[in-house]
Amino acid sequence: MTPEQWSIAETVRAVTSGEQSAVRLVEIMLARVANYDRELGAYLALDGDGAREAARELDRKRAAGEPLGPLAGVTLALKDMIVTKGVATTAGSKILEHYVPPYDATVVDKLRAAGAIILGKVNCDEFGMGSSTERSAFKKTRNPWDPSRVPGGSSGGSAAAVSAALCTASLGTDTGGSIRQPAAFCGVVGIKPTYGRVSRWGIIAYASSLDQVGPITRSVVDAAHVLQAIAGFDPRDSTSLDAPVPDYAAAIPQGVAGLRIGLPSEFFDANLDGEVRAAVARATEALRDAGATIVDVSLPHTHLALPAYYLVAPCEASSNLSRYDGVRYGARAGSTDLLDLYQRSRGQGFGPEVKRRIMLGTYALRSGYYDAYYKKAQQVRTLIKRDFDAAFATCDAILTPTTPTPAYRFGAKATPLDMYLGDIYTLSCNLAGLPGISVPCGLSSEGLPIGAQLLGKPLDEVTLFRAAATIEATVGLGEARPAGIGGLW
Amino acid sequence: MTRTIADMLVDWEPVIGLEVHVQLGTASKAFSGSGVEFGAPPNSLTDPCVLGLPGALPVFNRHALELALKLGIATGSTIRARSRFARKHYFYPDQPKGYQITQFDEPLCEDGYLDLLLDQQIKRVKLTRIHLEEDAGKNLHVGAVSHVDLNRAGVPLCEVVSEPELTSAEEAAEFMRALHRLVRWLGISEGDMEKGQMRCDANVSIRLRGEDRLGTRTELKNINSFRFVQHAVDHEIARQLRILDGGGRVERETRLWDAAAGQSATMRSKEEANDYRYFPDPDLPPLVVDGATMGALLKAMPELPTPRFVRYQRDLQLAPDDARTIVSDLPLAGYFERVVAVNPRRSGRVIANWVLTELLGALHAAGVEIDQSPMTPANLSELVGLIEDGTISGKIGKEIFEESFRTGEAPAAIVVRRGVQQISDEAQLWEIVERIVAANPKQAETYAAGKDALFGFFVGQVMRETNGRANPVLTSDLLRKRLGR
Repeated sequence: MTPEQWSIAETVRAVTSGEQSAVRLVEIMLARVANYDRELGAYLALDGDGAREAARELDRKRAAGEPLGPLAGVTLALKDMIVTKGVATTAGSKILEHYVPPYDATVVDKLRAAGAIILGKVNCDEFGMGSSTERSAFKKTRNPWDPSRVPGGSSGGSAAAVSAALCTASLGTDTGGSIRQPAAFCGVVGIKPTYGRVSRWGIIAYASSLDQVGPITRSVVDAAHVLQAIAGFDPRDSTSLDAPVPDYAAAIPQGVAGLRIGLPSEFFDANLDGEVRAAVARATEALRDAGATIVDVSLPHTHLALPAYYLVAPCEASSNLSRYDGVRYGARAGSTDLLDLYQRSRGQGFGPEVKRRIMLGTYALRSGYYDAYYKKAQQVRTLIKRDFDAAFATCDAILTPTTPTPAYRFGAKATPLDMYLGDIYTLSCNLAGLPGISVPCGLSSEGLPIGAQLLGKPLDEVTLFRAAATIEATVGLGEARPAGIGGLW
Repeated sequence: MTRTIADMLVDWEPVIGLEVHVQLGTASKAFSGSGVEFGAPPNSLTDPCVLGLPGALPVFNRHALELALKLGIATGSTIRARSRFARKHYFYPDQPKGYQITQFDEPLCEDGYLDLLLDQQIKRVKLTRIHLEEDAGKNLHVGAVSHVDLNRAGVPLCEVVSEPELTSAEEAAEFMRALHRLVRWLGISEGDMEKGQMRCDANVSIRLRGEDRLGTRTELKNINSFRFVQHAVDHEIARQLRILDGGGRVERETRLWDAAAGQSATMRSKEEANDYRYFPDPDLPPLVVDGATMGALLKAMPELPTPRFVRYQRDLQLAPDDARTIVSDLPLAGYFERVVAVNPRRSGRVIANWVLTELLGALHAAGVEIDQSPMTPANLSELVGLIEDGTISGKIGKEIFEESFRTGEAPAAIVVRRGVQQISDEAQLWEIVERIVAANPKQAETYAAGKDALFGFFVGQVMRETNGRANPVLTSDLLRKRLGR
């Protein structure tokens, strides 16, 4: 296997032992990006100089016999919602085009401290608002399995880059499914950790009470290694949880014997594509074969997740995006009048989907409407959370499809609502603040990856890794590689 | 004929409520680690959070909570065990996030009061609420260009909102003085209005006397000195009186006070009012006040200005003005207390007099704070004792004060060394009086004929003869006896 396909463990071993110089590894990855990304369209910014510098430092440390860190030499692409000091960070929006942050997000600090190398920034739907990465203001990102199809979103650049091996791992952000859905579409693993598990300091806010950062990787154990590096309490994030971080990778070999896996009937409804249903059924059987008990559970308020999400998220977004006013940073429309400056900067800087959600949120938060909309939606969240509490009384994790269908073609979701409906299985996890993982569980007849989703109790990412690893080992993609882009393999 | 304001006030009653912003004296900002300092170079006290950069998050400064709780306790407020921060949205360049973090429907404190120490009474004004929020930055307009300084952005504030219970501009100004006194007393703010550490908005309305319902109110903004509070409110009362008394209607609006011009102008009408779209800030968990924190603060709470004001008048017979002046400053009141404590039999009134005139004057001239006074409370008590028991006259007392203030030497020792004890021996003084009257027969005759002013002449002669040591009361008595009236 060539270095670009190495797992994290293989990469770390090779770099730490000196078998592979980090500098050489970075050159291999940069060359791949140069060769293939023109067609794939994952990267928005490459930080070749920064990556080479980090690699030289790793090689120097190794030569000096200093410790290199648990992610030594692992090359990462970061979703462009994650701020990076000195490297343009746009959130996929024109309003932040050319914006260069003066500080690093906590997750970036942690990755660097672990010896990881940041290759660059990858594409996403503008401010994370979308499910296909078609809402990026800058470029189209293709699905490596079929370039006529979307990679999913909003972390589409992350999933596509990992899938095409234009990086070893990536970080995405997930507000309603934006890590798990593109992971499912691109045949990779994506985990949204428990709300508060990973610091949001330096993550460009879309909907603060739902946003969470997480890894997108080619394997379950790789996701465990990356989460290990980025998880933990951060005093700079008031919503960060002060709880110990278990050894995720070490727990994986425990398997699923004795675990109770719940199947919620509400997630296997008429919207579900037959092939996806069959693939998730095979994953269910695989878990049973490996010693898990399968139980039926009910999450009766699931149908309220979509409407609740489309109040909470736009309300918070309309507030969070108020800071993009053209005054201090970002794109400013020329004007000598303040109101005109605001209207034109925001009018020209934001794309239609962002404007739609700002309008929705602004409307719902009007004086006198708070109780009817935002507060009501928060009450629905409590109901959804109680559903999960009740379900977790009888099971340890919940298995569902990640998406109703495999990846669709560009332009297939004609109306915003069509697009929103693609997220019905991933939203409740964010509303309840729970961890959720998507793991490949087979290919469709058209050769497109299908994802299974596992949802867990708060802070119980361990169980998700164990169950996802079992699915990966049994009904996963095996040696199948995306072949949509010529010459990748 | 136009009616005077005084005439109109016979029929009409002004009603005023104040909203006062008090900067809390923390070392760092309300939601981030940047320092707080007046007059620092523009934008030197900033960080990603203050600048509202993408990805920055607020973390609440618990010290600000402690300071706000002190104010809540001192105003007898009901304190919420779980309050919440909310976002208040509006676009303005001095507000880089596009919203202000404040408290809305779940404020920290409610239903408190503030005492106005008036001459004839203590007026207890109800406080609707006290809540925590962050300050905005400042826009600086230089010709056609506007600059933004964000040093002040994120400084923690307490907003104190009164019920509409003030009925004159004087009361409004007194409210500000009372709050100023309290925040300094508690050590939670310098309360310097010149530096913007206390800022006031006033809601003013007028109603017919006897009417229960409030009239249409206007909000006056940008009142930034004690003097301006009175001036601005008076001006607004007069403006509304002229409208209403002439049969007109007051428009609901926000007006900006222009101190230089001495008048206000419309800033925005009701139609232009912002919809702030308040909602709980999802970046900040509920603000929880635990019992241990409250217990510690309650235990450390000093005796407050109002009970002291009452005690000084009742127990120490201080005049209201003196009592109010002393309770306006904690170090001053502390010094006064210590002088009284040295010997509680000494007259509080006399001590207050010495402290407020001689001591404050000398400290001011020397540029020394009362905490560092070279005149110790023990020495001042001793000096007052020397005067009270007749050892020295008040006039000599001032000289002794000056020397003791300068050298730190004990007043009694100075008196002995300088030999300036008062002559209160009747026989000795009678002998001097006799001698002086005998030496000035013409003046004695003229005085006897009714020229009262000459009495002072004889007192002066006795004082000259005794180097000012003659007991003045005894001297007057003996002179009257000798001169025959």
